[in-house]
Amino acid sequence: MADSQIRASAAALMNAPTSAKPRRDPAAIIRWTLLAMGAIVMVMPIVYMLSASFKYPYEMYNLNIIPKEPTAENYAYVLSDGRFYRWFINSFIIATCTTVSAVFFDALVGYALCKFRFRGRYIIFIAILSTLMIPTEMLVIPWYLMSRSLGWLDTYWGIMFPGMMTAFGTFLMKQFFETVPDDFLEAARIDGLNEFQIWWSVALPLVTPALSALAIFVFLGNWTAFIWPLIVTNSQELYTLPVGLTTFSVEQTVDWELIMTGAALATIPTLIVFLVFQRYIIHGIAMAGLKG
Amino acid sequence: MKLYRNLSISQKQVVWAWTFLALPVLFYVVIRFYPTLNAIVLSFQDWNLLGARTWVGLENYDRLIHDPVFWKVFKNTFIYLILGTPLSLLASFTIAYHLDKIRFLHGTLRALYFLPFLTSTVAMAWVWRWFYQPVPIGLFNNFIASMGFQQIAFLNSTTNALPAILLPAIWAGLGFQIIIFMAGLRAIPISYYEAARIDGVSSWTILREITVPLLKPTIVFLVVFSSISFLRIFDQVFNMTTNNPGGPLDSTKPLVLMIYQTAFTSYDMGYAAAQTVVLFSILLVVSLLQLRIMRDR
Repeated sequence: MADSQIRASAAALMNAPTSAKPRRDPAAIIRWTLLAMGAIVMVMPIVYMLSASFKYPYEMYNLNIIPKEPTAENYAYVLSDGRFYRWFINSFIIATCTTVSAVFFDALVGYALCKFRFRGRYIIFIAILSTLMIPTEMLVIPWYLMSRSLGWLDTYWGIMFPGMMTAFGTFLMKQFFETVPDDFLEAARIDGLNEFQIWWSVALPLVTPALSALAIFVFLGNWTAFIWPLIVTNSQELYTLPVGLTTFSVEQTVDWELIMTGAALATIPTLIVFLVFQRYIIHGIAMAGLKG
Repeated sequence: MKLYRNLSISQKQVVWAWTFLALPVLFYVVIRFYPTLNAIVLSFQDWNLLGARTWVGLENYDRLIHDPVFWKVFKNTFIYLILGTPLSLLASFTIAYHLDKIRFLHGTLRALYFLPFLTSTVAMAWVWRWFYQPVPIGLFNNFIASMGFQQIAFLNSTTNALPAILLPAIWAGLGFQIIIFMAGLRAIPISYYEAARIDGVSSWTILREITVPLLKPTIVFLVVFSSISFLRIFDQVFNMTTNNPGGPLDSTKPLVLMIYQTAFTSYDMGYAAAQTVVLFSILLVVSLLQLRIMRDR
């Protein structure tokens, strides 16, 4: 698909459909009702999780969404030992560092593979693209052995290093740099900018929508990553939020209101981010998905 | 610096290209290709992390073929794939197709459908696990009991547990697929529909003859994307069965969980590596096969 089409269709997603007929025929009303019911069912698990986190244990057993006697005690209890703060900070630092690194390097490599002419360009591109076929699960064992011999177990770096660059991002950025006209770069070259400056101050600003889409993807992926942090960390101080939540939930065994409070604490930050950047996130995902 | 100035423009480009690519190439070699080779080499060895690494040839693979747990796990993994991919694609396409046609609260409904995609898999696995608990804890069984029916054993049953774990996996991925389908639908030029409408074609024919064929690139992408994610299912299974991972009686255990346990519970590194090679081959075959099938049609 051509780039202009992708942008147009991703942008079109932001507007309500224009083809729909304004008159209210019964079929349209049924369609809308069913869709609305489906949407409510979709968010029910999240709603019940939030509702349970404000309930006393005795109320966990009824199906009310609004608790008769709402309480913040669960939150006070879950946050009291400070572990959740720690896990939250760990997850935040790790996701942020990985995102900055991946966006920087993916854009750098994507640009080099798109705009420079040199021997071996095609081979490098194919080699990087082929790593998409290698599942993380195949690499966790060698990564673990590597981290073990280099002393990276139980460190931030150990959690982060596998995600510092991504093949998907490189591919995405290469596709988007195709849309940057070579004339722009040539003009900058004549103005005396070096290639790094051209990339940084001319090419990158032209692909900011793609950069933000990629940043959203990488951040979300690292925020919810589970199997690698589970393997590489031993001490609770280094756990990320998902690994910490698993440990916490196993400890609680039957106190489901506390488990739901932990789950809510892991979910609320992403919900807030989504509510603020909703249109942007959906737009970015549509664009990146169509490119990919 | 003088040396650099004497280079021709194309030679300068080569210098810059390698300046840009040096670190990334090193990264891909050390963090992607070397570990892949390492996993393959390890699959021909026996190693428990403490003793020496010894060559055992094809013994790990031979053991795998004769391991009943492996075949059970192999079957489970394919059930996740064969149920998960078509069900989630059918559901997301149906929703996207109709959502695309409505105006009232369009953005809100779309956001609600998308919301589960942003949640953490681990958090949601515990939420669903709570739903599935027996009376008087679990939401589903409380509801079923209040309607006067007999309660259902979800996670404790060898037949129900796998679908019970698959459902939240489908639920969480639906929002993403809906957004991609809707963007694909919007990419189809409106003039096609207008022409069809002038010809008086029924909406079912329009769907079959215009919408679906033109959506093929989107469908191919989503089929491959979701197949790979179902073949790699782990987080949900691990968190919904922590008391007995992959249970009851291995009835929910996918390949990735078996790999995790072999490597990090039994420390049987060579055997685990052989399992990862199998996973790698399956993913490779499935992706190539699907691309092929979709291209031929």
